[in-house]
Amino acid sequence: MISVQEADFNLNTQYQMLRAKDNTDGAIVTFIGLVRDFNQGHDVTGLFLEHYPAMTAKSLEKISDRAKERFKVNQLDIIHRVGQLALGDQIVYVGVSSPHREEAFACAQFVMDYLKKEAPFWKKETRKKQQQDVWIETNQKDKEALKKWQ
Amino acid sequence: MIKVLFFGRLRELLDCSQLEITDFEQGTIAQLRLELANKGTKWAEFIAGNNALAAINQEMVEETSMINSGDEVAFFPPVTGG
Repeated sequence: MISVQEADFNLNTQYQMLRAKDNTDGAIVTFIGLVRDFNQGHDVTGLFLEHYPAMTAKSLEKISDRAKERFKVNQLDIIHRVGQLALGDQIVYVGVSSPHREEAFACAQFVMDYLKKEAPFWKKETRKKQQQDVWIETNQKDKEALKKWQ
Repeated sequence: MIKVLFFGRLRELLDCSQLEITDFEQGTIAQLRLELANKGTKWAEFIAGNNALAAINQEMVEETSMINSGDEVAFFPPVTGG
């Protein structure tokens, strides 16, 4: 399941969905990314998540397909939120179920590493004074994260 | 005719979210960058350089990738989702 949505999501609901589908899986790994404060002395109100609607789901599907080819996982769910989010809000969810934990952990990390490099989302930090809003830059760590999968 | 979209910081810097080029038949991403750079100094600065990533029909592509009439091209900054 892949979803790009403005609405929030509920971890327990997602977890129960993963559990209900298959009794051959002995491991479930979930990851949630949150809005954090990149603050450098400004009054930060949250983040605005812009995306390229026609490309976003396609890009996540591609990442999901690649992950399923590479790891022995039975289910892989991705939710990514867009629009205005507040500090502490949930942004992204990845849930994986697999017979074994090693594959589940690795698959979730693979998906997040590629999502941060390829999925067309852009974060803008929103501040109390709107003219001070600032686009978030990519960091070196995210750029290099893919090396471990190559 | 091709449609060209801009996103994120690039959309704001150029003050343009999309445009259509009616007389575009075929060419590479690099050639389209040169054509857009003629639109003014901001365009030359932000599009001609390689800071803007490119996609054709919602797939990330290279400078030498070919654009055909009817395609949807997009330029955008490095992504920052997740």
